[in-house]
Amino acid sequence: MMRLSAIRTALITALLAGGSLLPFACTEKPAESERLPILGIKHAAPTSPADTLPDPVPSFRLTNQEGKTITNQTFAGKVYVTDFFFATCPSICPKMQSELLRVYKQFDGNPNVLFLSHTIDPAHDSIPVLRDYAERLGVKDASRWHFATAPQDTIFSLAKAYMTGAEVDKGTPGGYAHDGAFALVDSQRRVRGVYDGMVKEQVDQLIHDLPLLLKEEAENKQTAAK
Amino acid sequence: MTPKALHLAGKALLPLSAGVVLLLSLGGCFTERQNEGAKLYAAHCASCHGDQGQGLQRLIPPVAATDYIARHRADLPCIIRKGMKGPLTVNGVTYNQVMPGHEDLTDSQITNLLNFLQTNWGNQNQPYTIREASELLGRCNGSDGQ
Repeated sequence: MMRLSAIRTALITALLAGGSLLPFACTEKPAESERLPILGIKHAAPTSPADTLPDPVPSFRLTNQEGKTITNQTFAGKVYVTDFFFATCPSICPKMQSELLRVYKQFDGNPNVLFLSHTIDPAHDSIPVLRDYAERLGVKDASRWHFATAPQDTIFSLAKAYMTGAEVDKGTPGGYAHDGAFALVDSQRRVRGVYDGMVKEQVDQLIHDLPLLLKEEAENKQTAAK
Repeated sequence: MTPKALHLAGKALLPLSAGVVLLLSLGGCFTERQNEGAKLYAAHCASCHGDQGQGLQRLIPPVAATDYIARHRADLPCIIRKGMKGPLTVNGVTYNQVMPGHEDLTDSQITNLLNFLQTNWGNQNQPYTIREASELLGRCNGSDGQ
């Protein structure tokens, strides 16, 4: 009888102790929460059981507003924000590009943050048109913010890789449907965030997230140097 | 209160409450129309011209405090209806973009939208009557008579 009640007391004590730890588990922020998630879909077969990462952004070859070729190498060791637009877009682009301009200005002096806007209307948006657009938007430094063109199917498949929607749609004013998303990409070609460029709060989130990614990148560089 | 007194009170209240209902429904009509210009601007224009009419750098011209709105008063209804293309100068800056037309707006909606612009954000110009706007829209065969 004594033994049974002792066990019961021990059990209750253990339960109470466990229960009192529970709130900590809920409220205490794990250290990983300061790390942005890795987004995307895994299409390729895993090379090992530990290989669960989504596919990286594929290799690309584009031409920017200065007529220079830009590839993944252009963004090596940097992080970048990318979106899809077209110069004559009458619907969401001006709002979207003015929001991206806000991010650009926020990281004006930081050479580790680059910007890449793809035209989804390469037939109209020639290099001079892109250059004029960039200048009118107030972007003088093409090496910080690339306005890029490529064959349309290349652009559309890249849009998929960045998880932003872009397609031909004759029913939409301007002839193209796209969702105004910004993708944040790290130096390992991984998408670390997707934000709705039409929503101020989401763009604020991007401005908040960028330093987190830069911190992670800097730490990775230090580890690699050791 | 006796049942009779209650009945009388009820009779007196009936026209009063009917009056209140009528007033409320009238108020509904007025308030809906009152800010129509601002609402139309937010729905059809703000994405390009900015939520305060500020425009976008040298890409999209402002509509707030601009000489263009005053100077081209008679052209504006047709510009909204048919859109425009090619270079134009606003406050001394040249812009060159495409503006889509708006076949989906009625004459009176265009009037309310323009009156909002003509009397807000630093613009102090004469508003339009619906009849005047319809006449101006007739120049580009853009009047729907509504």
